[in-house]
Amino acid sequence: MFEIVRKQEVAPNVHETVLRAPAIAKKARPGQFVIVMVDEKSERVPYTLCDWDRQAGTITLVVQEVGQSSRKLVLLQAGDEVAHLVGPLGVPLEIERFGTVALAAGCYGLGAVLGIARAMKAAGNRVVTVVEADSHYLHYFRAELQAASDEMIQTTIDGSNGTKGHALDVIKRKLAGGEQLDRVIAVGCLFMMMLAGEATKPFGVKTLVALNPIMLDGTGMCGACRVSVGGQTQFACVDGPFFDAHEVDWEEIRDRRVAYSDEEIQAVARSAPVERRRGHGCVP
Amino acid sequence: MSQAIDKKSIPRQPMPEQEPEDRVRNFDEVPYGFTAELAKLEALRCIMCKNPKCVAACPVNIDIPAFVALIQAGKFLEAARKIKQDNALPAVCGRVCPQEEQCEGACVIGLKHQPVAIGRLERFAADYERHRAAVTIPELAPPTGKRVAVVGAGPAGLTVAGDLVLKGHQVTVFEALQEPGGVLMYGIPEFRLPKEIVRAEVDYLRKLGVQFVMDYVVGRNSTIRELLDEEGYHAVFIGTGAGLPSFMEMPGENLIGVYSANEYLTRANLMKAYLFPEYDTPPIRRRRVAVIGGGNVAMDSARTALRLGGDVTIVYRRAREQMPARVEEVHHAEQEGVKFRLLTNPTRVLGDRRHRVTGMECIEMELGEPDESGRRRPVPKKGSEFVIELDTVIVAIGNKPNPLVPRTTPELQVSKWGTVVADPKTMQTSIPGVFAGGDIVSGAATVILAMGQGRIAARSMDTYLRNGAVAESGS
Ligand SMILES: Cc1cc2nc3c(=O)[nH]c(=O)nc-3n(C[C@H](O)[C@H](O)[C@H](O)COP(=O)(O)OP(=O)(O)OC[C@H]3O[C@@H](n4cnc5c(N)ncnc54)[C@H](O)[C@@H]3O)c2cc1C
Ligand SMILES: Cc1cc2nc3c(=O)[nH]c(=O)nc-3n(C[C@H](O)[C@H](O)[C@H](O)COP(=O)(O)OP(=O)(O)OC[C@H]3O[C@@H](n4cnc5c(N)ncnc54)[C@H](O)[C@@H]3O)c2cc1C
Ligand code: FES
Repeated sequence: MFEIVRKQEVAPNVHETVLRAPAIAKKARPGQFVIVMVDEKSERVPYTLCDWDRQAGTITLVVQEVGQSSRKLVLLQAGDEVAHLVGPLGVPLEIERFGTVALAAGCYGLGAVLGIARAMKAAGNRVVTVVEADSHYLHYFRAELQAASDEMIQTTIDGSNGTKGHALDVIKRKLAGGEQLDRVIAVGCLFMMMLAGEATKPFGVKTLVALNPIMLDGTGMCGACRVSVGGQTQFACVDGPFFDAHEVDWEEIRDRRVAYSDEEIQAVARSAPVERRRGHGCVP
Repeated sequence: MSQAIDKKSIPRQPMPEQEPEDRVRNFDEVPYGFTAELAKLEALRCIMCKNPKCVAACPVNIDIPAFVALIQAGKFLEAARKIKQDNALPAVCGRVCPQEEQCEGACVIGLKHQPVAIGRLERFAADYERHRAAVTIPELAPPTGKRVAVVGAGPAGLTVAGDLVLKGHQVTVFEALQEPGGVLMYGIPEFRLPKEIVRAEVDYLRKLGVQFVMDYVVGRNSTIRELLDEEGYHAVFIGTGAGLPSFMEMPGENLIGVYSANEYLTRANLMKAYLFPEYDTPPIRRRRVAVIGGGNVAMDSARTALRLGGDVTIVYRRAREQMPARVEEVHHAEQEGVKFRLLTNPTRVLGDRRHRVTGMECIEMELGEPDESGRRRPVPKKGSEFVIELDTVIVAIGNKPNPLVPRTTPELQVSKWGTVVADPKTMQTSIPGVFAGGDIVSGAATVILAMGQGRIAARSMDTYLRNGAVAESGS
């Protein structure tokens, strides 16, 4: 059993969850993820390792409540335990001195890029972090991201905080204005990551995206997470989760993601004791 | 009393089982097993050969005449204990071993009549012991102070753990999934191997003192090197199995509705999707299902799909006699209503605009000249393409060795098929103190072969732990 040490709703429907998991904290590297089973009857659900503290033996997840399993997790409070926690899984992100690295983040990605921003900065990069949200109240981890970045730009769709528009508009403007970006990393909903690839392609900037297909075991055993990248089938859990945005078959992954939507709707309906609050509408 | 009866006049005793029309609607075990009377009667058919061929044909050489004699005498507990001297998982093997190729295939009675039902008797004895909670804990050897890490809790790893703990070593089993058992837990369905049996076997190992660490992925949480150099293990056994699904590499294979058998079966078995919504994982419940392949994995997938309400067809490119599945499984599948399209090979999966499967194009095959394996090679019949309408395709054409441990252990010698190279006499790998066995060494094989290799490994690991080297290995 893995104890929840701290739990806090950092934006509506978005929960920072700190768990005691010394073995995972010891090995965690930026870009990796864990699989959580809340109890013995739960699904196995992947979440990105946003942060970790090797000394304290804790890891931080940012969980967006979108359905039955994420709800089960976010309903737990400090002192509660989850039954199973596996990780760190996935190939760590390549951390090197690239020059200027731009991070584009939406929904749970604001949390997911935190560890990446810190590592990129520590490796000597200039880190530009661009976070997007529908509205101002959905921006979280502002101070943490600010501290981890050389430049941080916030955007909102409704214009209520920072620049009006999407993170990708900012990146596109920077590139069009002749600013040198040596690498772009996007973490957020599929649509946002797909647009990231489209925006940077004309400029030839290497762009990595954290694909989030449906997963089951997370160890390469089931093939549920397969995605087509550069015409090749890859298993996101062991070959990814980061892939070159310019090579991903976006249409395929988009449709595969909703493969269980009918069943999931049933699951939510049967268990919804509370009114479902909506985030900014996008599914991570 | 047995002497008075003409043994040859006793027919092979059928095992009572659920009727096909009932069992396709539940996940309960299909055969009920022998009653004590049936077991005794069946045991009587054994003529106690002087030179029993069945023993030689068993990969772990269970003393079959001895345990059958005990059943004849009604000494069921003693029979179970006799089997356990050679086989730690008799309730499992009695259910899933390909007996028709092994012990029963060599039975002399089988020359003229049907062979003695050795597998069913094995199962009976093991169940008898378990149901009476009569499992006893043998005495352990004095502690040696040596620590062993076993990677993977499948039949190979469990065998090694059981053998080494008896010899006084301290054993920790690391398993990536949430429950021990390997394929026994995630692959083979409940209706063929109730999970309660696997749990009972694992509990027994726990009682012997084996420690289980679940949710631990070797290669990610620690590498083999780290287990040895930093975490203080004196030897390591790699039993990570063949868990990497093969695909056909045909167009349309990533459409929604195409699953590897591993995904399909893991959802159903390990995650208990058939009990959704009591369990959170949704099952894959579809109307028209095709399963590609002809082995046990294909039969298990097909029979699972039937129970989830599907209309199921097996598509296999060779003829029936060439199917690698156990005869009993093919027979069960057929009784339950699985359809077979033999000598048929899929060429592509068809889908709609939302990338959902709508059908599968197949081509008919005919048998040509024998290939290297001696089997007649299937060749496509020109122009015989046709389309089956479907919403689900399950690919069950085999599994390759799991690459995670080899990938993260550069010194480990691996064959071109991705299997770990181990000395067959000792199961030691290219790294001293690191042993391997089961499907990760042999490629996808059987439970009993995995256990057999585990047993060899345990023996040489014991020598290694005591003397710092394995016995003469011949390599
Ligand atoms: C590598 C990786 C890292 C991720 N990191 C985070 C993170 O840090 N924070 C976060 O909030 N979310 C993250 N996700 C997404 C998260 O796993 C899904 O949102 C989660 O499965 C939702 O489960 P649910 O039952 O609450 O919602 P559901 O009702 O199951 O479904 C909501 C959506 O998630 C998809 N989904 C369902 N099951 C899975 C599954 N097992 N794996 C992936 N997608 C699934 C569905 O298709 C649907 O679109 C990550 C996914 C991956 C693959
Ligand atoms: C559906 C199906 C039906 C079958 N039916 C039969 C049958 O009827 N009769 C028969 O004899 N055989 C059958 N087999 C084959 C048989 O199950 C296997 O040969 C046997 O299980 C192999 O045992 P193993 O211990 O080598 O590996 P496995 O049973 O595969 O166990 C390996 C274990 O290692 C774990 N693991 C893998 N990598 C890691 C890692 N890096 N770190 C930690 N843990 C790890 C896995 O999660 C797994 O639990 C069947 C197989 C399948 C898939
Ligand atoms: S989640 Fe099963 S192979 Fe990736």
